[in-house]
Amino acid sequence: MIKIEHLVKNYGANCAVDDVSFEIAKGEIVGFLGPNGAGKSTTMNILTGYLSSTAGRVTVDGINVLDDPLAVKRRIGYLPEQPPLYPDMTVEEYLIFVYNLKGCTLNRTKHLEEICDVVKIKDVYKRVIRNLSKGYRQRVGIAQALVGNPPVIVFDEPTVGLDPKQIIEIRNLIRTLGKDHTVILSTHILQEVQAVCDRIIIINKGKIVADELTENINRVADGSRRYRIKICGPQREVLNMLNDRSDISYVEALPARDGDAYIYMVESAPNIDMRKSLFYTLSQKGWPLVGMEALGMSLEDIFISIVDRTGDDARVRKATKTQRSKRSAVDLEKDLAASIIDATAEAQKSIAPYDGED
Amino acid sequence: MFAIYKKELRAYFISPVGYVYTGIFLAAAALICAYTTIQQASYNTTSYFQYMIFTFIILIPLLTMRLFSEERKMRTEQLLLTAPVSITGMVFGKYLAALTLFVSTVLVSCINFFPLLSYAIAEQSTASQSVHVGPEGGQIIGCLIGIILIGACFIAVGLFISSLTENQLSAAVITVGAIAVMLLVGVFNDYIGSAFIRTVLDWISVMSRFDRFAYGLFDFSALLYYLSISGVFLFLTVRVYEKRRWG
Repeated sequence: MIKIEHLVKNYGANCAVDDVSFEIAKGEIVGFLGPNGAGKSTTMNILTGYLSSTAGRVTVDGINVLDDPLAVKRRIGYLPEQPPLYPDMTVEEYLIFVYNLKGCTLNRTKHLEEICDVVKIKDVYKRVIRNLSKGYRQRVGIAQALVGNPPVIVFDEPTVGLDPKQIIEIRNLIRTLGKDHTVILSTHILQEVQAVCDRIIIINKGKIVADELTENINRVADGSRRYRIKICGPQREVLNMLNDRSDISYVEALPARDGDAYIYMVESAPNIDMRKSLFYTLSQKGWPLVGMEALGMSLEDIFISIVDRTGDDARVRKATKTQRSKRSAVDLEKDLAASIIDATAEAQKSIAPYDGED
Repeated sequence: MFAIYKKELRAYFISPVGYVYTGIFLAAAALICAYTTIQQASYNTTSYFQYMIFTFIILIPLLTMRLFSEERKMRTEQLLLTAPVSITGMVFGKYLAALTLFVSTVLVSCINFFPLLSYAIAEQSTASQSVHVGPEGGQIIGCLIGIILIGACFIAVGLFISSLTENQLSAAVITVGAIAVMLLVGVFNDYIGSAFIRTVLDWISVMSRFDRFAYGLFDFSALLYYLSISGVFLFLTVRVYEKRRWG
């Protein structure tokens, strides 16, 4: 559906997008993730024909943006970062204007009514946009993108500035839209892509640093080997026992206590599930295990580690679609874990001097 | 293009700008007409039209200042530029909207000639039948065509300036300056000694070509001159948007 090849955009000497390539199939919901200033909006703007690229090819439905910009624009509904609303118009006037602007041929009353139903703006239909709340304005912006029923919908940070309830509603809406549209969603909020998207493309400093299915990333996030455990028993002996075990690679006694139980953080050795055997050992020793909690790696951890790593040595991973589906979660985990260990080592280095002084 | 045209025309009357413009235009036209014809006891409308052109220094910027600068400030140009409309279509839609309002007010202001006509009819009845008394129809039509063409030029200039800035006020001020220069160059032309400079200034001056319309002559080269000035500035406006896209 959408194919971006070797896209480059320079602003003077500044390189906003640097050799970005990806492909989006019909019906996919893709999250475009990156910190502020990573090049997300620039890429969106080039895709929608608002800006032109310095180099590279963008095709939608096999049509090159440069060859036939109007045909491409007809296929894309775009909600820019700031919804392009005319504050003096009523919602009705505005949508009719957009309808005429896009040269739609669908039945106007029926089509606009359907859209209002989907984005739930019926009760403000006759009101002036200036007087609407931010949430409603955002919806009118989304309605605008849907006019003409374009097969591709691009959202640039659609939930910024909304309250939590509105955010959930907009996300649900996007998920609904994803059923019969190809949706591209740019955001810097990780939960958002995790909640909504099938696939995540992470961009940093104008380069794609990761391109994964959401489920793969979730699997890594869930499949962490770190646990917080609470054991009732003499702290030193428990620590020694944990340290001696070969299936545990890292132990740390945490300063907190829960009743008479001490709390420890342990990390199991790779590819070993030590939970059962640890339980039996402890019961043999007569040290009751009163709590065990897996410390899932948050998406933030994954994101920060990827971004940091590419910032340091610029090892850009370019996964094609086949590679991506074939690559096992284990490989991915190794890859990510390596970078996380790097990142934590870095972090510890910088924290260490303070520990010493205290 | 038609959607943008309609939207702009409506926008003039959603905000006060359209009313302010029409009000000032018609009031100024009535006043100038009264002073240059009735009070001077003259049926010659040339000086009425010449003074009207000078009111454009204030009036045309009112029409053009917000056309692009507001879109840019409100970020609504992103909607226009990502919609299936060409940049040329967008520029022409806006230009034609401003031109439509301008031409309508010019035509409405023709009611100022009715008192003149009624005077003429009264005078004609007392005068001998063979003498023509009253305003010259040819002169009025020639001057109307002339000021509409000049207005079209100024609107194109204002549109271009509006596309350069996102501040309406600075667009208005710069447009006032630009139009004033285009008009006054012709006025000061007579005081310049050098023939070469005079020719150059004469070429820039929009006023010098108006005189032929005032005689009731339809000057094809003047028509071409005004149309090409409008065309050049519309083309430049399109280029501004093209350049921003590639910049």
